[in-house]
Amino acid sequence: MLLVPCPNCGPRNSTDLRYGGESHPRPDPATATPQQWRGYLYLRDNPAGWLRENWYCRSGCRRWFTVERNTATNEFRNPPMPGDKRGGKA
Amino acid sequence: MTGIGRRLRRRPPKYSAAGLVWRGLRGDYWPRVWRDTELKRSYDAVVVGGGVHGLATAYYLARNHGITNVAVVDKAYLGSGASGRNTAIVRANYLTPEGVAFYDRSLQLYNTMALDLNINVMMSERGHLTLAHNDSSLRTMNWRAEVNKLQGVNSCVIGPDEIKKIAPALDTSSHPRYPILGALYHPPGGIVRHDAVVWGYARAADHMGVEMHQRTEVLDILCEGGDGPDGKGPGGRVVGVRTNRGDISTPVVVNCTAGWAGLISAMAGVRLPITTHPLQAAVTEPVKVFLPTVVVSGSLHVYISQTDRGELVFGAAVDAVATYSIRGSLEFTEELAGHVLELMPSVSRMRLLRQWSGLCDMTPDYSPVMGFTPVDGFLVDVGWGTYGFKAAPVSGEQMAEAVATGRTPELIEPFALSRFEAGELVGEKGAASVGH
Repeated sequence: MLLVPCPNCGPRNSTDLRYGGESHPRPDPATATPQQWRGYLYLRDNPAGWLRENWYCRSGCRRWFTVERNTATNEFRNPPMPGDKRGGKA
Repeated sequence: MTGIGRRLRRRPPKYSAAGLVWRGLRGDYWPRVWRDTELKRSYDAVVVGGGVHGLATAYYLARNHGITNVAVVDKAYLGSGASGRNTAIVRANYLTPEGVAFYDRSLQLYNTMALDLNINVMMSERGHLTLAHNDSSLRTMNWRAEVNKLQGVNSCVIGPDEIKKIAPALDTSSHPRYPILGALYHPPGGIVRHDAVVWGYARAADHMGVEMHQRTEVLDILCEGGDGPDGKGPGGRVVGVRTNRGDISTPVVVNCTAGWAGLISAMAGVRLPITTHPLQAAVTEPVKVFLPTVVVSGSLHVYISQTDRGELVFGAAVDAVATYSIRGSLEFTEELAGHVLELMPSVSRMRLLRQWSGLCDMTPDYSPVMGFTPVDGFLVDVGWGTYGFKAAPVSGEQMAEAVATGRTPELIEPFALSRFEAGELVGEKGAASVGH
């Protein structure tokens, strides 16, 4: 079981949330080249270590948030606080 | 006589039934299957990853192209990753023409593997049933069957009555929540002993002079001329590999590291469209043989086969969260058991013996990434997700051809890394663990 620190609902089992993958800044669709856009869509860092990622609390507060997780050990750090604007699908 | 003597000294004896009896009676130890040699300072090619893909690549490099100055390096032991953790299913009933052509070639190579490698890989062509639980998946089954037939692959859609005849344990009544409406029946599909495939390739490659280096971890890939730091990145070329046992100079590095593919590629400055997810599997206690075929349900994310020992082997979909941790979870066993009982209520009293997981390198289009990268001399054979084992022989063959000729073989052209930049994804929905 993986406990995910939701800023609003507290620690929840990961099966209560939807995993949103790596969090990268989205390029501006108006100016991005197709190459940049597809890089944003498909290419991933996939590190074995600390990773900033998005989660959607689908059976709780129904909000997206961003948190750091170590992909080698599955521990979380820097959980966002309630009302933190860091959330959202970056 | 001397000729035979020389050959015997150079090569370990051929495996045969007579040899088995002879050694059994004499109580001999079997000789080591591959040598443990010193790491040389230079190779013509270095294959990173001693799994079935890496070993097959090295084997075909030596056998088809005469390139034997090759090292296969692995940070653990041969076959320690997904090659020894998969559910050993082989089949060719994919959905896209690219996929069907590719996996059909792989199945052909599996069929002749025991002879080619002189090792009993226990290939069991027992047939493969992909169940449909709703109209849309029945439609996909028909689509797959037609694509398969067009390409000469034996597949057909059968109804519940025929399914019941083939696999009586399946509940084909209309009672379940997910009733079995039909199935894609693929008689050439089956299971293979995955460890034997790893050992067979390693042994055959070793005979031809390829070196296998276990416990040899790649720490860095040495490049020059690239855009990035240390000469890495697009436009550069590979000059060597740094390992925990010293530096090796080589013009060619083939990345066959499955779940760790992103980490190795990053060492050469290549970004991949890959995330690493664990896939869990489980096995029950052994019982008498009652399940003659491989049974797969895409909607329920489960595949079941019975081993020759009588255990049921279950596989499932990959875990949703990308992680390098291979810890099992109770959620998995609960869900798996529920799904298996949905299909076969009669096994409700069976006990699970153990569960394990392996790392899968998932791509956005459920198709592999094979061939050349923007870094000269750095090739990838990755993105094998949940379908790597059944593709290993053909991948090795094609990757070896790419290394030897410097050109991308036609069969793997659709799987080039450049397809993501071009926006030409393959979209293989016939892959394992994909719902329809």
